[in-house]
Amino acid sequence: MTAGSLIELKDVAVGYDAHPVVGDVSATLGPGELLVLMGTNGSGKSTLLKTMAGLLSVLAGTVTVLGEAPGRQPGDVAYLPQHPRTLDTLPLRVRDVVAMGRFARRGLLRRLGADDWCIIDDAMQRTGCEDFADSALRELSGGQQQRTHLAQVLVRRARVLLLDEPTAGLDARGRRAVTEAIDAERRRGAAVVLATHDLADAEHADQVILLARGIVAQGSPRDALTDDHLRTCYGFTERH
Amino acid sequence: MFVRDALITPFSDNRFLFHALVAGVLVAAVCAIAGTFVVLRGLAFVGDALAHGVLPGIATALLLGVPGVIGAAVGSAVMMGGVNVITRRSQLSGDTAIGLLFVGMLGTGVLIISRSRSFTGDLTRILFGEVLGVSPSDLWWQAVALVVVAAVAWVARRPFLLLCVDEDLTQTSGFGVRRYHALMLGIIAVTIVASFQTVGTLLVFGMLLAPAATAALLVRRMGHMMVLAAGLGAVATYVGLLISYHADLAAGASIVVTAVAMFMVALIALEVRRTMRDRGRAVT
Repeated sequence: MTAGSLIELKDVAVGYDAHPVVGDVSATLGPGELLVLMGTNGSGKSTLLKTMAGLLSVLAGTVTVLGEAPGRQPGDVAYLPQHPRTLDTLPLRVRDVVAMGRFARRGLLRRLGADDWCIIDDAMQRTGCEDFADSALRELSGGQQQRTHLAQVLVRRARVLLLDEPTAGLDARGRRAVTEAIDAERRRGAAVVLATHDLADAEHADQVILLARGIVAQGSPRDALTDDHLRTCYGFTERH
Repeated sequence: MFVRDALITPFSDNRFLFHALVAGVLVAAVCAIAGTFVVLRGLAFVGDALAHGVLPGIATALLLGVPGVIGAAVGSAVMMGGVNVITRRSQLSGDTAIGLLFVGMLGTGVLIISRSRSFTGDLTRILFGEVLGVSPSDLWWQAVALVVVAAVAWVARRPFLLLCVDEDLTQTSGFGVRRYHALMLGIIAVTIVASFQTVGTLLVFGMLLAPAATAALLVRRMGHMMVLAAGLGAVATYVGLLISYHADLAAGASIVVTAVAMFMVALIALEVRRTMRDRGRAVT
């Protein structure tokens, strides 16, 4: 593993049940860096993130997260799925859902202390959840639930953040909160991998991987997000 | 005086009814803990299958003259193992695997009981329980089961809570999904084994589901849900036993029907409140 890198992908193929969705992915990510995965639906963005989170097996190549195989350091890796599951039957307050993010650090039995609750309150404030902290999650809008799940990821204080379309379904305030949260996590030294459809998110990245039935382009935003590459990926170009 | 005669005297004058009340309250408490996870994790079908999967074990125990609890424990272990093997080794969905084992175990249980001389009596006793025939030693076993289930649920409360929300979240939080799912099934099995003598294998499922489902409608925290479910289950036991005593109806069934009726009342009350609130908003 390259010295100082938090995530390293070498000739990686990922997919489901031995069927590769995307292959030959290589990338290295250090502290404070942002890797953005962009591309068409079904191009493998979520599959890559799930593999880095240890939820799927690597089909080929090697994935190293914090010097180990994925899934070995749950306290230091936070994963936000594309559609966090929220059952209408679950009797959980927003504060409780956010606090669940500390379980990876505290394990089975260690109590959540004052430090933990400070971190929880801070994450809720940063994501704008404090206004509905005592509401039941099932009574909230989709955007409010998404902010709650993001706060749950932030309270982990992880060294690696894997975020799958965290701005989906959010209003302008929510999107801004996500952007600011990602910036703050990077300043703290966390490496962030972000799957997104938003070009504006990608323009802040250190690296971008553009996917559409394989890798279309990879490199800095300036190199990867050219009109030609975007046209190859999506069939058209739509820049702001 | 009339109120005392109607509501308290049946329990103070009849030791068997008092034992039934204590047994029912213990069942309510243990079912509240396991039932909360059954409701929140969506394990109703598994719970139902486990409740009936114990039948062959109990039937065999009866034929061999062994305590039914031992047979029920073996039956539930076979059922849990079978569900695990079929779902992991075949392409079938969990529901199909559980359904197949459910009817298979139920059928096997009835076949075994049919070899018994008192077929109908034994089957009725297993399916509907003998709440009025509970002995002090049964109560001790139930209390031990309650302590065990409560202790496991407390220790594993974090992975259990995560499992109710999302398996991926459980895994990425460092808790093995398979291990804690199996442990959750284990406390459901212990609950069923400990409760079947009181309310029967058929009705224990009602006590697992109804109070917990009612509580899920009314509160915002899982701990509160368990406490409320236990309270509702205890009330259902008391009211059910009173109905059974005064109307000369089957005790176990009276308890479970009361618990389900409480769920319906809560559901209707919430619906009425929601409709009135919506109308109020429309007017303003």
